[in-house]
Amino acid sequence: MLPKLFFGWFAFAIIALSVLVITRRNPVHSVMWMLLLFFQIASMYLFLNAEFIAAIQVIVYAGAILVLFLFVVLLLNLREELLANRFINAWPVGLVFAGAIFAGTLSAVVAFVPNFSGQYTVDVINRETHTKALGQLLYTDFLFPFEIASLILLIAIIGAIVLAKKRMRS
Amino acid sequence: MPLVMPDLRPIAPEIVMTCLALFILVADVFIRRKETLALLSVLGVAVTAFAFALPGVLNTTFGGMFISDGYSMFFKIIFALNVILTVLISVKYLDVEKVNFGEYYALILFATLGMMIMASAGDLIVLYLGLELMALSTYVLAGFIRYDMKSNEAALKYFLLGSFASAFLLYGISLAYGLTGTTDLGRIAMTIEQQGLAGKPALTMSMILIAVAFSFKIAAVPFHMWAPDAYEGAPTSITAFMSVGPKAAGFAVIGRVFLMAFPMVRAEWVTIFIPIAILTMAVGNIVALSQTNIKRMLAYSSIAHAGYALLGIITGTPDGLASMMNYMLIYAFMNMGAFAVIIMLRSEGFKGDTISDYEGLSKTHPLAAALMLVFMFSLTGIPPTAGFMGKFYIFMAAINAGYTWLVIIAVIFSAISAYFYLRIVMYMYMKDPKETVTLTTSPSMGLALAITTVAVLAIGMFPAKVVYLARVAFP
Repeated sequence: MLPKLFFGWFAFAIIALSVLVITRRNPVHSVMWMLLLFFQIASMYLFLNAEFIAAIQVIVYAGAILVLFLFVVLLLNLREELLANRFINAWPVGLVFAGAIFAGTLSAVVAFVPNFSGQYTVDVINRETHTKALGQLLYTDFLFPFEIASLILLIAIIGAIVLAKKRMRS
Repeated sequence: MPLVMPDLRPIAPEIVMTCLALFILVADVFIRRKETLALLSVLGVAVTAFAFALPGVLNTTFGGMFISDGYSMFFKIIFALNVILTVLISVKYLDVEKVNFGEYYALILFATLGMMIMASAGDLIVLYLGLELMALSTYVLAGFIRYDMKSNEAALKYFLLGSFASAFLLYGISLAYGLTGTTDLGRIAMTIEQQGLAGKPALTMSMILIAVAFSFKIAAVPFHMWAPDAYEGAPTSITAFMSVGPKAAGFAVIGRVFLMAFPMVRAEWVTIFIPIAILTMAVGNIVALSQTNIKRMLAYSSIAHAGYALLGIITGTPDGLASMMNYMLIYAFMNMGAFAVIIMLRSEGFKGDTISDYEGLSKTHPLAAALMLVFMFSLTGIPPTAGFMGKFYIFMAAINAGYTWLVIIAVIFSAISAYFYLRIVMYMYMKDPKETVTLTTSPSMGLALAITTVAVLAIGMFPAKVVYLARVAFP
């Protein structure tokens, strides 16, 4: 009962905070609600025995990415931004599609069987700790995807430099 | 859990490509003349292509995550051709646009690497990462002309809708993982069969989401909204690159995922793809009629061609798959050729991308007009060009698989397409020139045009060789 209660709370908080993030008129407020949202998601991970991902969520998302978001928002002209509409006129169409996808997912969820488990059960994770299990997997079974991810990060750096650097031949 | 050294021979082409891209990136610092980088890139890709034929390349490695087989090899040849032709047509163009930076070549190579990984992915995680590697590089390339608002807009639209598609893909992958407990394509198929998952709504949902994501990548209707703006705003050489490479990569993964992971539920995904294919052919061909910008027109044409190629997937037979691969190769040649002519028209202070710029081109530049005529005939599908053969084999495979009604629809739309392709020919040959158009030519451009023209005509007249290659490639 207690786990369900916790899960229910986090799920509710995540949805409520997401709605707050996209409906606020002031972008700074949106970003602040998003900070809270990231913490809720981190708690959800923690609750699922994934302490490493929870820590990464806080450090990378709440810590680094959100600060960048704030920088960008503060570069905007807030006065103009406050007057602009938060949604484009076609938002009801989007709502219908979102509702349809929600209904589809809801009907899909019933097919999941809860007793299904892989190699990494809760016991194994508790014994080995999540971080260790994750690290071992990343450097053995998932070495190849891990290496591709490093190239993606390199592309991100190159891309940022290409798109932002001053050098421009006249 | 000790690390067993995986067999690295199957990923030799990818390793060579990575080294090449990193080398170009570093060499950019030391080499002033960026044309040298272009030359090095082309030579490097040729070396990579040589690695395709190394002994032991055709194998599976990293525990089934990477599959190097005839199917992926055929697509890798398309990607290699695509990158070589793109580099050849870019050299002078980048100078004209004043964005002659070395990172351009490195990014193109990284994008190609992403496509190669996609074509070989045997695991949904690898597939996703390859797709992101390709997509991120292409987003940056689309916005490469920084001072141009349209290029910025193209990059941003492509990026936002591309990320949206990635989210769909991840959602679909997570549903498939939740159901089967694995991301390995072969094992997903096995679990579906063993546990009788076919027909469960969660599996259908997962397939729909994955199909939506891939449809974004191949710009199939109704997920094509980004394509016209992205194609119009991006640097023309990148438009050529985007309309061939990522599209072929998208088809490679559609074929791989749906035929390898979901063969049990073929009836279901065929019902997803048939309406998509019909809509794609309809919207692509009909909206193209009213375009005045040639890059935009070719964007819609590229949407329409995705519709024809989807027929090959829908058949689900080795024959259909082979004709789809064949089509992608032919499309690479004819589309690259058409874009090469468009790039030639771009000169200092003259955009040359509206259709009226082609008025009377045959009088001022007969050779360029003749080449454009060949490519337009090929895109329409008029014999003896390769475009005809491509369509012919796709339609034949679809008829053999029992989709005659679908082929009739495709032929009708194909006939409509003649109007907007041949309008360009009509403008070139039957109108008088309004203003003098100066062509921007270079030896590399000439080489690219020679390769594409010869290929389009040769495949059109002697298609057996290519068809044979595609057929043996598909097991």
